[in-house]
Amino acid sequence: MDLVLVNLIDGLVTGLLLFMLSAGLTLIFSMMGVLNFAHASFYMLGAYFAYQISIALGFWMGLLIAPLIVGVLGAGVERYGLRRVHQYGHVPELIFTFGLALLIEELVQFIWGKNQMPYSVPDVLNFTAFAISGNSIPAYKIFMIFISVGIFLGLLYVLTKTRVGMIIQAALSYPRTVEALGHNVPLIFMGVFGVGTALAGVAGVIAGPVLGTFPGMAFVLGSIVFVTIVIGGLGSLWGALVASLLIGWITTFAKSYNIEMENILNAIGISTPEDLSESVFRDFWSLTSPQIADILPYILMVLILIFRPAGLFGKRIS
Amino acid sequence: MKNITKLGAVSALSLVIGASAAFAENIKIAFIDPLSGPFASTGTNGLHQFEFAADYMINEKGGVLDGDMFEVVGFDNKTSPKESLIQLQVAIDQGVRFIVQGNSSGVANALTEAIEKHNNRNPDSRVLFLNYAAVDPALTNEKCNFWHFRFDANADIKMHALTDVIAKEEGIKKVYLIGQDYSFGKAVAAAAESMLGAKRPDIEIVGNELHPIGKVKDFTPYARKVISSEADAVITGNWGADMLGLGKSIIENGFTGPIYTYYAAGSGITAAFGESGKGRIRLISQGGINPIASEEARTLYNAFKEKYPDGNIDQSRIFNTIGMLAQAINEAGTADDVVAVASKLEGMKYPSMWGGELYMRPQDHQLIQDMNISVHTDENIEFDYDNSGFGVLTESTVVNASMDSATTCEMKRP
Repeated sequence: MDLVLVNLIDGLVTGLLLFMLSAGLTLIFSMMGVLNFAHASFYMLGAYFAYQISIALGFWMGLLIAPLIVGVLGAGVERYGLRRVHQYGHVPELIFTFGLALLIEELVQFIWGKNQMPYSVPDVLNFTAFAISGNSIPAYKIFMIFISVGIFLGLLYVLTKTRVGMIIQAALSYPRTVEALGHNVPLIFMGVFGVGTALAGVAGVIAGPVLGTFPGMAFVLGSIVFVTIVIGGLGSLWGALVASLLIGWITTFAKSYNIEMENILNAIGISTPEDLSESVFRDFWSLTSPQIADILPYILMVLILIFRPAGLFGKRIS
Repeated sequence: MKNITKLGAVSALSLVIGASAAFAENIKIAFIDPLSGPFASTGTNGLHQFEFAADYMINEKGGVLDGDMFEVVGFDNKTSPKESLIQLQVAIDQGVRFIVQGNSSGVANALTEAIEKHNNRNPDSRVLFLNYAAVDPALTNEKCNFWHFRFDANADIKMHALTDVIAKEEGIKKVYLIGQDYSFGKAVAAAAESMLGAKRPDIEIVGNELHPIGKVKDFTPYARKVISSEADAVITGNWGADMLGLGKSIIENGFTGPIYTYYAAGSGITAAFGESGKGRIRLISQGGINPIASEEARTLYNAFKEKYPDGNIDQSRIFNTIGMLAQAINEAGTADDVVAVASKLEGMKYPSMWGGELYMRPQDHQLIQDMNISVHTDENIEFDYDNSGFGVLTESTVVNASMDSATTCEMKRP
């Protein structure tokens, strides 16, 4: 029972981290209709910048400055890259972001090399917050939870309660009308892109010390972020949150318990074949949940696409 | 894109091949290992060590035969067996006679099979497979062939040495096994289970787990299982980013026992563990770095540091590989007839600058060498890894480990 609580906390941390990535991506997608393949690369840049800054100025300055740099870079990419490519349609935009992702990975390898960077948790947070029957919960994880929840609340407030947020929301759905009302829509787009990438940067800064800062870090997270926003519903902040948490908990629990396919099948009334080694379904019968944990989100995505194509919280029906 | 460029290069090369055949050529060694993706750092560091070994040990001393130089060419296989076979073909087409590979036994299994077929069908362009790190025991047992030579100790040999040490630790009653889900990870788990069972029947295996290779983002859930199993020690064959992720996670989440590993050193791993892994992480490997085994090795290491200030010699067997290959070529008097070279490698005895005498067992092409158990620490470290102040310190040595171990290999010689 204690392990359940520990897993709930671990899943929450994973989910919230995923949320910070997918929040920016989902906003950018609903705004420009562009799947930003380079989104996870900005996450990686966040981690590397923060590492570099932390050597000179310490972790906290890294947390403050690195996302700003990433955000400015992101805004620059929108202003001088995507906006120019935009007139040629969506496919060139896709290819542009895809190329950008490759470019960033190569650049990172060029500057920092291929080794893992010794970017680590700051000393102030390097202790065990509390332990549940021998399982320590590092203070840093609690810190991650607070940062992500803070960012979520902040975003929610800005988007729903402030004038800027209203204009953004309006620009997402009716850009031409908003433009006709005298608002600078391209500037809004640039701003949202910048904030979205900065969020990815924050995620990188706080994930770097625990998940490792290495050139492959964007690659391992890249696809799961897209899955998250599809499950949550494109453009929905709540959807991104719910989907992220769902994925965090599903994968954590699936890995923590060795649930065997045999038990599940037996439970629903299918009996184990007499001679498994002869059966064509042998591999299927011997599956365990940790083995398939990482594909569960993808299965969930397929199911969502079949039964609720707009996603859990998506409003768009087309 | 890279492939297209290579294809172009190959076709251009094939045009001039007739013209250049008359000149003395470099002896090319194809390095087929990951140079991109999650294991890029492991692969790149290996390539640097090969290049350095070829230059420092061979080329600067006048080369082999009549001044032929070694040239190490890197091919990126992205840790994929399929990609490796393509790169193998490209390498063969470029006139390479010696293939070196090490990262992932999955790749090695594919390569050894492809090379055997190729050599049987094309006696004119035969190649040798010098395996410097893929340690799946099958490669020198049921899948052995004349063209494959292994310069690292296989997983069983390493596990023998490791379990000898664990057997002496009275405090260890429960052991958790965790590894990457492929042939090597499974081999480690199977060896640990059977050898611990034989040497210390009282030790309980409280967990035996495999995780996807190179795909796990966060090892926390695995760490939780390790801790809640109340294990006293963990054994893992993980390497690269998987080793670091797993190790960091189980330490951070409250595990206090020792972690016995095959590959937890260098490539940024040592620096990232730092203080948290001190005295906890133990490593089974060949070659003594601290204390360094010989004056020759010290000079070489210093020269390496001069060329690659950020690099490590974390795979000293690479230098053995190059040294033994050069000696075999010199003894055979040719680098083109790989059958002659292979025959010289078989049964070769070679004094290694990293300690001990190496012996290439003819019956299965498994190199017999001393195995060291070392500990991750910052005390008494002359050559640290990753410039971190931390390195591996040899605690005990098994001389000629598993010299007489059995093999199921039935070597077919051409």
